[in-house]
Amino acid sequence: MDWKRFSFIALVIIVLFGAVVMVGQSQQRPILIITSMLATTIAVATPLTLGALSGVFCERSGVVNIGIEGMMLSAAFFGWLAAIYMFHVFGFPIGISITVGALFAVITGGLMGLLLAVLSITFNVDQIIGGTVINILAVGLTGFLNRQLFFGKGSVFGGQVPNSPGVLPTIHIPIREIFAPLCSDSIICIENIRAINRVFDQKPIAMGAVLLVFIAHFILFKTRWGLRTRSVGEHPKAADTVGINVFKMRYANVIIGGCLAGLAGAYFTIESVPSFEPLLTNGRGFISLAAMIFGNWTPIGAWAAALVFGASQALQINMQLFRESIPPQWAFLQQSYVVGLAPYILTMLILTGIIGKTTPPAADGVPYEK
Amino acid sequence: MAQTNIVLEAKDITKQFPGVLANDGVNFNLRKGEIHALLGENGAGKSTLMNVLYGLHLPDKGEIYVNEKPVLIHSSNDSIALGIGMVHQHFMLIPVFTVAENIMLGDETVRRGMLDQNAVAEKVNQLSKQYGMDVDPLALVGQLPVGVQQRVEIVKTLYRDAQILILDEPTAVLTPQEADDLFRIMRDLTKRGVSIIFITHKLKEVLAIADRITVMRAGRTVGTVSPKDVNPEKLATMMVGREVNLVILKKQANPKEATLVVKDLHVEDDRRYPAVRGVSFEVHAGEVLGIAGVQGNGQTQLAEALTGLRPTQSGQVTLAGKDITGKTPRVITETGLANIPEDRQRHGLVLSYTIADNMVLCNYYRPPFANGVVMQPDQIDANARQLIKDFDVRTPSPFVPASKLSGGNQQKVIVARELSRPIKLLIASQPTRGLDVGSIEYIHSRIIQKRDEGAAVLLVSSELDEIMVLSDRIAVMYRGQIVDIVPAANVSKEYLGLLMAGVKLEDAVKSAPKQEKEIKVERVF
Repeated sequence: MDWKRFSFIALVIIVLFGAVVMVGQSQQRPILIITSMLATTIAVATPLTLGALSGVFCERSGVVNIGIEGMMLSAAFFGWLAAIYMFHVFGFPIGISITVGALFAVITGGLMGLLLAVLSITFNVDQIIGGTVINILAVGLTGFLNRQLFFGKGSVFGGQVPNSPGVLPTIHIPIREIFAPLCSDSIICIENIRAINRVFDQKPIAMGAVLLVFIAHFILFKTRWGLRTRSVGEHPKAADTVGINVFKMRYANVIIGGCLAGLAGAYFTIESVPSFEPLLTNGRGFISLAAMIFGNWTPIGAWAAALVFGASQALQINMQLFRESIPPQWAFLQQSYVVGLAPYILTMLILTGIIGKTTPPAADGVPYEK
Repeated sequence: MAQTNIVLEAKDITKQFPGVLANDGVNFNLRKGEIHALLGENGAGKSTLMNVLYGLHLPDKGEIYVNEKPVLIHSSNDSIALGIGMVHQHFMLIPVFTVAENIMLGDETVRRGMLDQNAVAEKVNQLSKQYGMDVDPLALVGQLPVGVQQRVEIVKTLYRDAQILILDEPTAVLTPQEADDLFRIMRDLTKRGVSIIFITHKLKEVLAIADRITVMRAGRTVGTVSPKDVNPEKLATMMVGREVNLVILKKQANPKEATLVVKDLHVEDDRRYPAVRGVSFEVHAGEVLGIAGVQGNGQTQLAEALTGLRPTQSGQVTLAGKDITGKTPRVITETGLANIPEDRQRHGLVLSYTIADNMVLCNYYRPPFANGVVMQPDQIDANARQLIKDFDVRTPSPFVPASKLSGGNQQKVIVARELSRPIKLLIASQPTRGLDVGSIEYIHSRIIQKRDEGAAVLLVSSELDEIMVLSDRIAVMYRGQIVDIVPAANVSKEYLGLLMAGVKLEDAVKSAPKQEKEIKVERVF
């Protein structure tokens, strides 16, 4: 990640935020708009961040993972399913049910990672095909089970989709408690601090994702594991000649990547909304890949890129709020799909490479044969 | 034990690969502190033997003794533990890692869960001081010159306390100066008790540095000799299994009309800088014009422009009276060009295609190989079998992918394809780079044969010996221009060296009049 990339990211985020501030300033103070945008950005960037980290681990070890989308989708489904079973069938309390649900999502992702590893590392299946298999499998499997379990005749829940036990709670970071007393009863000041606090009050997976970015950076670039992971992704033969087991390293990293994609899946049905619908990941796995590439296969770069996509989604959400105040000459922005295109246009723009070329690991996508 | 001092011994090693018996009862031993050269042609089984010793292949049969104890080497971990280190021909280094990271990989120093690059750097500095090998542990490997990368590889083995060092074709990628430096390091190492196996196919090097020489041929050891008892001819005979002409015999050239006429040609390189700047020359039918020069002086771009692979900025190229400037490679090929490209794997062959398909790459679309849009496999097959026979390509069948052949045989496939057609001009770029003696001899004789048949030959090579042996006239390129064209028969290596540095004789005389007498122009042959 070079300064050029980071300044591009900063620029895009400023433009996106600025657009909303300009439209909404007649109704809200800019700081409130900006903090609200930031909070949304971080929250909606969560699956992209985790998906991109998934890609980073897989591809740094030399396995292309275009199955992130499918891993997310299946994890979202099975996590959600586990939560429902725990709650409705086994009668566990809400907290335990959704925690187990999240755990199941991670395990599902890990198993999907294992499948990709078996296909691409043991059987040398073309890795693009392997990833595609996972994407198609996930769509088919979740769609089928969703129908059979909840909608089919004689299905477990008798054709009725039960309510999910709920979503993970927001964790409050006590910023306003600490800083509000310094405001000496200025209402605006207290309002501002509350607004800033909202940026930090996130749900567990969103917080975990940010934490994982830095953990992943540490692991990849500061530890023995990371050095070995990168070596098998750059020059597996060289790693082999110094006694590193290329296959084991790749297996482990692809499974780790799968678990991260699984956590991203949990975001959808355990953290964001308590329901599942077919195809709910809606291309976010692929946008994660774009973020990973734009971030030049580094965790922090990928996170920054994921935030850009998050911001463009936040733009879409916030523009809705201020629809009425969009000036007539910008009326097309009132159409939500126009704004909704932003992430996809950004993806294409970024992948064309006009913001500088990125370099994948040298052995990315190349099966290792002894 | 003490008398023999044998640190490593391989007995009766046999290794079978599908279709090839790579090692057939090989015996080899290494004494403490010696440089033992392992000499053989490509495909003789040298690398297989070393991969067995280093644990990359398991032998089907045979025993290995280290310090007179029988050992089993199942992986590189085992061999590293036994004190065996290997420097591979293609470096096992990761370009985006630092020197220290490369050296510690697999044997990392960790402090509180984190890699301790400084501790490694310190040990590397100590090692490089001890053995006189200058390396900066914090430099990125990809930014180092090849010679230094090789040093990193050697330090990497010493870091693991290697006492037995295997160097696989270490000089293939080095300039002469770098090679001299490597030899100095090798001698230093042996003085400190390290034993070295030096794999090569270059005769001169072996005689210069080895204490003993073991020659391999076709998977067997032919014999072990002392450099005092042999000469290059004898070694070459041992390697190839027959008499080899180290000096090529050729008749006086009989040049006829100008086949290739190049007028004021300008060509740019990939970064769009001028690489060829106003070059004019002629190549006549029945002569070899050699283009000499230090690499990177525009020779590559010149050859690419002449073969239609690179656009020309200005100037004119005429082949057999036809203007071929800016024409497509197919048009130029059909006009009568044969091209042996510089990078045989990237530009000469489709590596994943079979030999048979590679042999019709220039004329697959024409009868008899194609009937309309339909390929004629029988004809392609028959053509391949004939060429394999005529050009002595060593392959189990015509349907083996080109990637499975050794470098020499790959080059023979290209030569077979290009020279079996009726041609007017042959452009051969670095035709023998990286090849063994037998293949070099063969390809040289084929080039001369084509000349005697009346083709014009343009030879581009950075090997001065090759240029002087094959050429009738020599053009020397320097910074995109031809400094001078001289008859090969009466030019000295020293004068060519001056030309390669951009100094023409009159200029040399003018700039240093007092040294006039020291510049002698002698006959080489």
